[in-house]
Amino acid sequence: MTARILLPPNPKAGVKMDIRILIQHPMETGFRYEISGAAVPKNVIKAFSLDLDGLILVSGELGTGTSANPFLQFSVILPHSGFIQLKWLDDEGHSGSERVLCNLSP
Amino acid sequence: MTSDSWSSQAFGAQPQVFEGGLGPVALRSVKTGGDRIRAWVSVLGLCLSLGLLLLLLSLPLQAQVLKGPGLIESPRLRSGLSYASADLKATQADDSLNPAFLWIDQGQVLWNEGSGPGKPPSCASCHQDWAQSMRGVSMKYPRWDPGQSRLINLEGQINACRTQRQHLPALAYESDELLSLTALVSLASRGMVLKRSLDESLIPSLLKGQARYESRMGQNNLACMHCHTQNAGQRLGGETISQGQPHAYPAYRLEWQRVGSLQKRLRACLSGVKAEIWPLGSEELTELELYLSFRGEGLAIESPGVRR
Repeated sequence: MTARILLPPNPKAGVKMDIRILIQHPMETGFRYEISGAAVPKNVIKAFSLDLDGLILVSGELGTGTSANPFLQFSVILPHSGFIQLKWLDDEGHSGSERVLCNLSP
Repeated sequence: MTSDSWSSQAFGAQPQVFEGGLGPVALRSVKTGGDRIRAWVSVLGLCLSLGLLLLLLSLPLQAQVLKGPGLIESPRLRSGLSYASADLKATQADDSLNPAFLWIDQGQVLWNEGSGPGKPPSCASCHQDWAQSMRGVSMKYPRWDPGQSRLINLEGQINACRTQRQHLPALAYESDELLSLTALVSLASRGMVLKRSLDESLIPSLLKGQARYESRMGQNNLACMHCHTQNAGQRLGGETISQGQPHAYPAYRLEWQRVGSLQKRLRACLSGVKAEIWPLGSEELTELELYLSFRGEGLAIESPGVRR
């Protein structure tokens, strides 16, 4: 499972910017059945967080109404440059993380 | 990706630059303004004279379809994307929105993986930078492989490379790994105009592919051409029938919620007409893929596309 954190071109300090996130995940709702009739167990990203060098920017929970490979976008004002890290955890207990360096121009 | 597009690093690291200034714009026209006007005038003239001719001779309105290699029917080419909603077009136009790029990221990892002392060579060991070396490669497939004396598509070539050169096990068809690599190789040709060269060895397969395209099959007793040539642009239930062009595959389909190959898409159609569903990588599907690639000549490659 991979993820993408996407930053706009030339982010500036103290200016509102959008951060885009794309996480590769099947997001099984738990409402589906296999051909054999067995229920496909629910497996969605239950928690995720986005931090800047440990400072939590966004955190949240996703539910069964989210599509596979969820795409999320947040508006933030970053206090300083640093590593933006994304972490997530799904119902099966698999976790993942991705980080990118964000250099802000003054 | 150009420097003013979204990237996974703000600045510092050089983002991938495609030769020819390929930005996150789908369906880039290769014609200049003057060319376009001249083309329109000639098309208009052609349409008028054709219309007169049809009227005078009272021929059936259905255009005469020329047969044989090199003379394949040439409808006005139309990308499947032109039938899509504005949201879907925007998703494909922006690489930072296109979910298929999750597979591209994985493909870039796989491309460089494995090289080093005591390890099999990686893709990059022989082919170096994929963006340069793989440019225009995807449109050369399917091709006739004299060694295996069969038709192979891009997936078949990647697996042949893995087993013969890298001494690694072949990747399963439609696995995330194989899709990532085919998507990556196809991305290198994005924006190029689909052009095939007709090799003599391809003619038997091409004719068989055309025959498959035109033969009725399944319980619904329909051929590919009944929908995608004769009724393209018409409605089928809630959907608009496309021309069935192959230039955006491997594509991210919302229905699948993942990237899939052209053959997977063809299988979905076979299921739709309640026909026997040929196995992935089979001779039948590859021949059809070959025919479609000739039929779509002239379209700009959109891989990895986004479709409903």
